Amino acid sequence: MLRRAFPILGVLTAALLSYGLYEALIGAPIEQSMGEVQRIFYYHAPSAWTAFLLFTVNFVASVVYLIRRSIKADILALVTAEVGVVFCTVVLVTGPLWARPVWGIWWTWDIRLTSTLVLWLIYVSYLMLRRFSSSGQTPLMAAVLAVFGALDVPLVYFSIWFFRTQHPQPVIGGGGSIDPKMLQVALINWAAFLCFAGLVCWSRYRLELLQREVEETEALEALLDSGGAP
Amino acid sequence: MSALATLTRASLSKDLRLEWRSKDAINSMLFFALLVVVIFSFSFDPTAEESRRIAGGLVWVAFLFAAVVALNQTWARELRNQVLDAYRVSPAPANALFLAKALGNFIFVIVLEAFMTPLFIVFYNLRALGAAYQLLIVSALGTWALVVNGTFFAAMSLRTRSREIMLPLLLFPISIPALLATVEGTTAILTGDYSPKFWIVLLAAYNVVFTTACLLLFDKVLNAE
Repeated sequence: MLRRAFPILGVLTAALLSYGLYEALIGAPIEQSMGEVQRIFYYHAPSAWTAFLLFTVNFVASVVYLIRRSIKADILALVTAEVGVVFCTVVLVTGPLWARPVWGIWWTWDIRLTSTLVLWLIYVSYLMLRRFSSSGQTPLMAAVLAVFGALDVPLVYFSIWFFRTQHPQPVIGGGGSIDPKMLQVALINWAAFLCFAGLVCWSRYRLELLQREVEETEALEALLDSGGAP
Repeated sequence: MSALATLTRASLSKDLRLEWRSKDAINSMLFFALLVVVIFSFSFDPTAEESRRIAGGLVWVAFLFAAVVALNQTWARELRNQVLDAYRVSPAPANALFLAKALGNFIFVIVLEAFMTPLFIVFYNLRALGAAYQLLIVSALGTWALVVNGTFFAAMSLRTRSREIMLPLLLFPISIPALLATVEGTTAILTGDYSPKFWIVLLAAYNVVFTTACLLLFDKVLNAE
């Protein structure tokens, strides 16, 4: 049943993504001080929300793995980390693209920028560990690292918060109210990104499950062959 | 004395005696840190005022790189002759082994710092404008922050391919807040511009959180199969 639902959901997601793009580029009103550049916000912010949500799922799945040793939790942790890193990369690329014309600089050690960068670094190291680890112990090592990463997040946040207060910063257009239409467009895009992330995670999940079955079968066959040989 | 303390002490004194006789870790760390210091002072050649502002960063980057050299050797000795396997089947608590290794690394890195600090003072004409005794607190807390996670991740990277390169890849991202706190705390003391109190508290919190996490999870990592 799920297999049949996949193409339908794919088409719906594609439609939602196109609608979100149309609204972001044409539907939403032009921002007063920043102009057209501000439209990148509709991709930047929803990507960030999606990435943080995926990393949260990764943490929960890792804890579940540590308690129950369930393979499904491990695969869920793997796929959410992979897709989360992709969305986090989008955030880190679109941020400087927007900051250059608006702030006049590509990068600043602002708290949100820096925490996102550190989070991205932690999850890249998580994926590196999974890639380099020998297969049997990978899930456990990865789950342990995910827990360490999650413990690190508040410490990163506080350290940079204090670090920042000692250094001059460009002023971010803080506070202020957002046009309801703008918020609506951002939320539409978020919904579209969430559907897209969900679909990618789902197919990646099935792929990983199949791959592990294949590896298991091959290992079993190799064992039987070597046992049968004289 | 409890079993944990007895075993920790036995394991630690074994490591210290081995190190005292071979001096592998301390020699490689010292020479490596010396190279970093010399290369840095070539590349920057700062005045006394500037060096006060950047020395905190330079010193700790040199110590961090040198510490990785020692951390990578932590478990290698135990792999030969299947010592780790023997440890796994013995009823001794895993945390005794972890604490001994972490304390051993802590002592090695502290010794390294004691040797290197005079060199830094000579090369960079350093003189602390703040309260110099606070440097001891920052160094002790910062070093423990590095080695507790470093020892843990070294045990994790034992099970990976190319484990020598894996350790810094795992350790550095997680250590960013600790490193930032150590560097900023040191700079605060050297320049005397502001109080290092916040950074000391942050380092203490970091140490409590990650020492607890290491002690809770080391058993799982040691016995992973």
